[in-house]
Amino acid sequence: MAATDTPRTSLTWDYAPAPESADHVRLRDSYDLFVGGDWVAPTDGHRVPSINPATEEPIAQVAFGGEHDVAAAVAAARAAQPAWAALSGLERGKYVFRIARLIQERARELSVVESLDGGKPIREARDIDVPLAAAHFFHYAGWADKVSYALGGRASQPYGVVGQIVPWNFPLLMAAWKLAPAIACGNTAVLKPAETTPLTALLLAEICQEAELPPGVVNIVPGDGATGVALVGSDVDKIAFTGSTAVGKGIQAALAGTNTGLTLELGGKSANIVFEDAALDQAVEGIVQGIFFNQGHVCCAGSRLLVQESVADLVIRKLWDRMELLRVGDPLDKNTDVGAINSAAQLARIEALVDVGEAEGAHRQTVACELPERGFWFAPTLFTDVAPAHRVAVEEIFGPVLTVLTFRTQAEAIEKANDSAYGLAAGVWTDKGAKAFEVARALRAGVVWQNTYNHFDPTAAFGGYKESGFGREGGAAGVRPYVRVA
Amino acid sequence: MLRRLPHVDRVGIEERAALLGKRSIKTTAKAQGIRLAVSMVDLTTLEGQDTPGKVRNLCAKGVCPDPHAPEVPSVAAICVYPALVPTAVAALQGTGVRTASVSTGFPSGQTSLAVKIGETEETVAAGAEEIDMVISREAFLSGDDARVQEEIVRVKEACGDAHLKVILETSELGSLDHVRHASMLAMEAGADFIKTSTGKSTSGATPEVTLVMLEAIRDFTQRTGRVVGMKAAGGVSNTKAALHRLVLAKETLGDEWLTPDRFRIGASSLLNDLLMQHAKLESGRYGRSEDFSTE
Repeated sequence: MAATDTPRTSLTWDYAPAPESADHVRLRDSYDLFVGGDWVAPTDGHRVPSINPATEEPIAQVAFGGEHDVAAAVAAARAAQPAWAALSGLERGKYVFRIARLIQERARELSVVESLDGGKPIREARDIDVPLAAAHFFHYAGWADKVSYALGGRASQPYGVVGQIVPWNFPLLMAAWKLAPAIACGNTAVLKPAETTPLTALLLAEICQEAELPPGVVNIVPGDGATGVALVGSDVDKIAFTGSTAVGKGIQAALAGTNTGLTLELGGKSANIVFEDAALDQAVEGIVQGIFFNQGHVCCAGSRLLVQESVADLVIRKLWDRMELLRVGDPLDKNTDVGAINSAAQLARIEALVDVGEAEGAHRQTVACELPERGFWFAPTLFTDVAPAHRVAVEEIFGPVLTVLTFRTQAEAIEKANDSAYGLAAGVWTDKGAKAFEVARALRAGVVWQNTYNHFDPTAAFGGYKESGFGREGGAAGVRPYVRVA
Repeated sequence: MLRRLPHVDRVGIEERAALLGKRSIKTTAKAQGIRLAVSMVDLTTLEGQDTPGKVRNLCAKGVCPDPHAPEVPSVAAICVYPALVPTAVAALQGTGVRTASVSTGFPSGQTSLAVKIGETEETVAAGAEEIDMVISREAFLSGDDARVQEEIVRVKEACGDAHLKVILETSELGSLDHVRHASMLAMEAGADFIKTSTGKSTSGATPEVTLVMLEAIRDFTQRTGRVVGMKAAGGVSNTKAALHRLVLAKETLGDEWLTPDRFRIGASSLLNDLLMQHAKLESGRYGRSEDFSTE
């Protein structure tokens, strides 16, 4: 029979488990600090296991640097800096290029370790994190001998030694965003990966060795907040930080009155604006991509959906249908869409804010998917009937939780989108070109995506307005924070 | 008639279709998916050189695709030109495999409505249980939606109990907006299935076109409660492509559409690739193409 209401045969076609093999990964049992081109044991630090958030099993022991360790790393960077800066841009670019190639060669291993250490789906690590990390090194390899072209022809000097602190959501990619422009411009660097996700940065240290990067140009000192404080208080010429707004404010206060440079890439509560004339099915995909990509652990996540009231019911219904199809579970399974929450602490923060949302009277819907017993998990969640004053509409949740607000007119959409302490990113969904550009111009956000969301490219500048920080990473604009212009 | 086109974003469709192409279908899921795909095949021959002998051979192949693997089901239907319908009907008697035929001046549709109706009535009278008609692209592209619909309504009447698949010939429509719009016109006019292509044009059931039509079916079915089926035809020539189409259906319309009653794949060369991949899963080694009869 042709289409009928009662199917002749009916079955459930489940995808069989498709786990990415981790057998090829050769992690050490324990990692030292990477200082001056060598692995050195911590002097005043300690060792901490890095945990797989999907299983709560330890993966490897990692040395966390203490104050002396940080000082030693900064000294190594200081010693290496004059010779590194004296190299021609062309020669520096070759090293950066070599790192990019080695990331590509070890892409499979890096992807698996990124997924194991951070809980993100292997598909994302494989298709986004690692290729983009390589792309950033390739991009800045090209800028190394063209720095003045990025500065409108002005002469410049590298800062010197830069301290770089990166978050746990895109560990390798954020290390690439920081290191590639820094060393391309002639700086040397001390990078502190996040305490819950240090492993791919340590593999990147191995890659620096393989690339025969001169010792001391890149130093990697894992650690927690205390290590970060030590790095901020050390003898560096500039700090580049990506992380929470609260910590960023602390760093800015600590550096006030010093001659230490600073760029901050902080939190967000980015508005994803869907107009009634948008391609709604694709907008729904963009909403999903905007908030459930990397479990919502994305500083520019489209966590505030602003949808025009005339299509709000339709969009929310389509969105909910789509959310129910999300495959939540084993991050190493190639078919997983949403992986594990990065840490117990982050899970607790998400749960606390979601409880607040319920208490405030917003309507909560959470996908009824089966979650693994061990590990840190949070099912995709939607809040409707939200008022702009609710905390879930204002505060960054940094998890797979979407807040839905409605608007009536274009002016109201812009006003609501800008009504935030943050200004990192925004999305605009409309089939009308003029409207898209009008709205984009009026939004106070560092990135505005039109009819897409969470797309990244090394040629495009990324950074915030207001409490989302200052300074830009990526493209020609990403050169500026790593040089002092004459 | 005022035409209000829906909005389909090509870039967004391409991304979603590509993402679903990355689903990893292995082991038991692959074997199950292959058997499912076989059961959905409209095994097709639409050539000027088709003869009763050729059609009888194809029918035998469709009823029992792999004599060495009884777990492999029959295909859904055999699709032939109207002149060969009696041959197919006789060969398929009692097998459960259905006889389908193209109609309405296939593939271009450039004949009069009277001829289209007459051809359909005659083909149904000859025993065809399913009619694959083409929409008039001439009417659609000149903006005459009413005539597109009128033709479908009249052909549907001519079908009687036979089921009607409406071919949009998407590669001739010019945009995904048009694909979506033509899908809606066909469903409103009474199509039991909507179908991508004749297989005679430049491209066929690309993942993007398939996804747009599946989304149209989902929206139509949710709005009206009437279930409409999907037929992907043209260019689905290997197992990977067939499984990709099944993934698109599963993750757009749900498992209820994973049945030959609601999803078909128009194909000729696909069947043997499905059989070869299925045999490989059983034996662990790739066979030779000679292991499977071509018809």
